[in-house]
Amino acid sequence: MSDHAEFIIAAFLIAGAVVAVMLGAIMLDHRSLRRALAKFPPRGEGDGA
Amino acid sequence: MLKYANPTFFLRLVAAALPWLWGATVLTLCAGLYMTFLVAPADYQQGETVRIMYIHVPAAWLSMFIYTVMTLSALGTLVWRHPLADASQQAAAPLGAGFTFICLVTGSLWGKPMWGTWWVWDARLTSVLVLFLIYLGLIALWNTIEEPLKAARAAAILTLVGVVNIPIIKFSVDWWNTLHQPASVLRMGGPAIHPTMLWPLLVMAVGASLLFLCLHLMGVRNEILRRRLRRMSYLAAEAADHVLEPQPEARA
Repeated sequence: MSDHAEFIIAAFLIAGAVVAVMLGAIMLDHRSLRRALAKFPPRGEGDGA
Repeated sequence: MLKYANPTFFLRLVAAALPWLWGATVLTLCAGLYMTFLVAPADYQQGETVRIMYIHVPAAWLSMFIYTVMTLSALGTLVWRHPLADASQQAAAPLGAGFTFICLVTGSLWGKPMWGTWWVWDARLTSVLVLFLIYLGLIALWNTIEEPLKAARAAAILTLVGVVNIPIIKFSVDWWNTLHQPASVLRMGGPAIHPTMLWPLLVMAVGASLLFLCLHLMGVRNEILRRRLRRMSYLAAEAADHVLEPQPEARA
């Protein structure tokens, strides 16, 4: 890889970083929701959303 | 279809499907990256810089595809009142913004060495920027309106208004003179690029679509849990109020 290598590397790194941020945000949100729900007594199946 | 509308059933389905979907996503993206850097040839005019295409084009396709998913979800909210439709719409908007951002930034990084400029206000670039702003507007709308049902309806209406931008993005390169090149894969008469470049591009596009599917399912799962948490908090507050209020017989 010779010509404009910095542009190619930057494009893939930025894309990877954006995907990592999206995945991280979703996983952190999921963890905090699970923790908050665990404070309530368990309910039966089929109670909907 | 009604079975899939049950959020509890949906949560169970997502828990079973996600490990397999993540496995397929990682494998496809690894194969796509291998083909991008080690199989696909350099372009005779653009040289190695053409490799940005393998991330830019899938991100561009996804930015429009995600908006189409949101439009269908908006119809689900307004017409069929499907219980998962607004959760799907709410989960898709940040992902749409993310992939559109990737499309804009990688396009800019491709444009600088090829066109000599980071940005031009031509029809394709401007309409994609408008799509990005619509995504941000939808996220802001969801966060501004506190009542979830009202927020879902308002966001669904804005989504349906904004869908007019999708054909503008797609056909902007045909309707106006733009610096951006015309469509070379999804066009009448078949793809115009060589199979040695087309296959890596398609594999990357499948990988990116699987990635969106995984992230979207995880996002919808979070929205279902958030609604469950809101309802349980409400029930707990109501029960606490009931305990605090003096009962008629207790007063007598």
